[in-house]
Amino acid sequence: MLAVDPRALAHLAQGRQVMLVSGTNGKTTTTKLLARATAAATGTEVVTNLQGANLTTGLAAALAAGPLGAPAVLEVDEAWLGHVLPELRPAALVLLNLSRDQLDRNNEVRHVAQRWRRACEKLDGRAVVVANADDPLVAWAALAAPSVVWVGAGLGWKNDATGCPACAGPVSFGEGGDWKCDGCGLARPSLDMWLEGEGAEVCAVAGGRLGGPARYVLDLALPGRCNEANAATVLAVVLESGWAGAPALAAMRQVDEVAGRYARAEHAGTRARLLLAKNPAGWAEVFDMVGTSGGPVVVAINARTADGHDPSWLWDVPFEGLAGRRVVATGERCLDLSVRLHYAGVDHAVERDLLAALAAAAPGEVDVVANYTALHQLLAVLGTGPGRRRPRGGGG
Amino acid sequence: MSVSVALVYPDLLGTYGDGGNATVLAQRLRWRGYECEVASFGAGDAVPSSCDIYVVGGGEDLPQSLAARKLAESRALHRAVDKGAVVLAICAGLQVLGESFVGPDGRTSAGLGLLGCTTTRVPGARAVGEIVVEPDPAWAALGLESCTGFENHGGVTRLAEGTVPVGKVSVGVGNADGTLEGAVRGRVWGTYLHGPVLARNPTLADLLLTWVVGGLAPLDDSRPEALHRERLRNGPSERAAGVAQVQRAVRTAGAALERLARVGTGRRRPGAS
Repeated sequence: MLAVDPRALAHLAQGRQVMLVSGTNGKTTTTKLLARATAAATGTEVVTNLQGANLTTGLAAALAAGPLGAPAVLEVDEAWLGHVLPELRPAALVLLNLSRDQLDRNNEVRHVAQRWRRACEKLDGRAVVVANADDPLVAWAALAAPSVVWVGAGLGWKNDATGCPACAGPVSFGEGGDWKCDGCGLARPSLDMWLEGEGAEVCAVAGGRLGGPARYVLDLALPGRCNEANAATVLAVVLESGWAGAPALAAMRQVDEVAGRYARAEHAGTRARLLLAKNPAGWAEVFDMVGTSGGPVVVAINARTADGHDPSWLWDVPFEGLAGRRVVATGERCLDLSVRLHYAGVDHAVERDLLAALAAAAPGEVDVVANYTALHQLLAVLGTGPGRRRPRGGGG
Repeated sequence: MSVSVALVYPDLLGTYGDGGNATVLAQRLRWRGYECEVASFGAGDAVPSSCDIYVVGGGEDLPQSLAARKLAESRALHRAVDKGAVVLAICAGLQVLGESFVGPDGRTSAGLGLLGCTTTRVPGARAVGEIVVEPDPAWAALGLESCTGFENHGGVTRLAEGTVPVGKVSVGVGNADGTLEGAVRGRVWGTYLHGPVLARNPTLADLLLTWVVGGLAPLDDSRPEALHRERLRNGPSERAAGVAQVQRAVRTAGAALERLARVGTGRRRPGAS
């Protein structure tokens, strides 16, 4: 389609309210939350790319399949964002986070941040950027946009942000997500949305240009601090769009599974919870979810194109934290993982076959943490969710 | 005996998991009964010259230049090397330790001069993919086996006369065009291999450790050896598949340019709209 008409995206986007979500981690989940919230707020059908098909053809396919004029909520691969922004002319652009991922393809996370900044410079005033102020790479890119809502969405993995994106000077991190470059003075912008409280009491608080302060108890079905941050980000888009927060939040609470992630499946006496972690930042979030249960963990690692061909990133994950649990290494690169676990002092079994690995972890509740194509293979062999589609691009 | 391992600027040169090399060295020492302390020195810290082993990782362009400037100013690595320290420098680290390298602005920066090599930039595509290196006879004699890793760089590194490479490239690009890989001078070992290289190649880890502690007791290396065998078996075909993918992309781009050229001259293919 795009070979015939390179402007297809622009035609397909015309006459719609388009909202885009990009970043290294949380794209697919945030897109689903925003699509549900938008549907609840507007009472209309929403066009979205729920399978993580986030490259140009996937975006065009999603737009072509949806009704004319319906609002569109689309996740966009972080490396492709600059290419599609002029065509899609979004009303809102959500920028979540940037960290090392698929380095064989994206080479350097700073290059991605630079491309984002150039894309933000070209936005006109009718597009609002909703950006994670806690991530220096994201904040530096979004500061070039004419209109920004700043969310304190947190930064669990800081090792890609310790050098200032503007001057490479040292960035120091303070309490509660605050940061400042000691070289050029670049600092976290003041927040319009942030999180407060712990456990069931966690609130998203709207302030700054969003008015308020107004507090929204989140009470999500999805686990983890990262998803609370994703929901707060979506709430910022909702409030900035002039919609009521409560119905949007009620719709977000209904989401308990995202393209197979967080889904539960049973096999050979195990009840598995499926989690996606495809880079060190993703693993920081997963440790927040599985950290204290003490139960068995199956880790599935592939290194296909959508995963990145170089699994060296495994050495940036503090697997030492899994010591003492029953751990099974699986997936096409289970031997790379096994060596990482070996040096981390984590006793483990190796089962290249995914189902054999689940059986080796039996019985009982098992957390299965897989990277992108390994999760898709798992969903396929378990007969759960959308695993039969061949993944392209690597949804976040 | 206690051995100190310094991780140099992991915040500037830590993009590709190369900090894992320090973990591997430390564990292989501890498992043999040595005490080992790993300390990280960030861009804001003074790097000491008193450690036994220094691990310098790969990184991105701008931080690479900053790291080179800081190490040139402090001369901490120069003093450490004079005292006989072992240095393992990966990718950007290899370039920084050479005589000179070309920075992100296209300008040539002075390196630390600890390795006899100079690095310029590759015109066109980066060298990305699995790499296999057959060790130079000098290292094979010390027990180094074929090395496997993952390369991801845009540098062309030329060795000065008399500088010993890690070895000959049998799969991949390495320093320049698929002939030599890495540069070694004394106890300073520079290589393009990520993986991390010591996780993938236990015989290299032990070669470096013998320079620090002398003879080594054997370890149960069944896990690292299984990975080493698997990478030697599958790495070559993965690299070939990666190259084929790039060639396909180039053909596709070429076809697109041809289409654009036709549109530009008003000559349209029948049926295209």
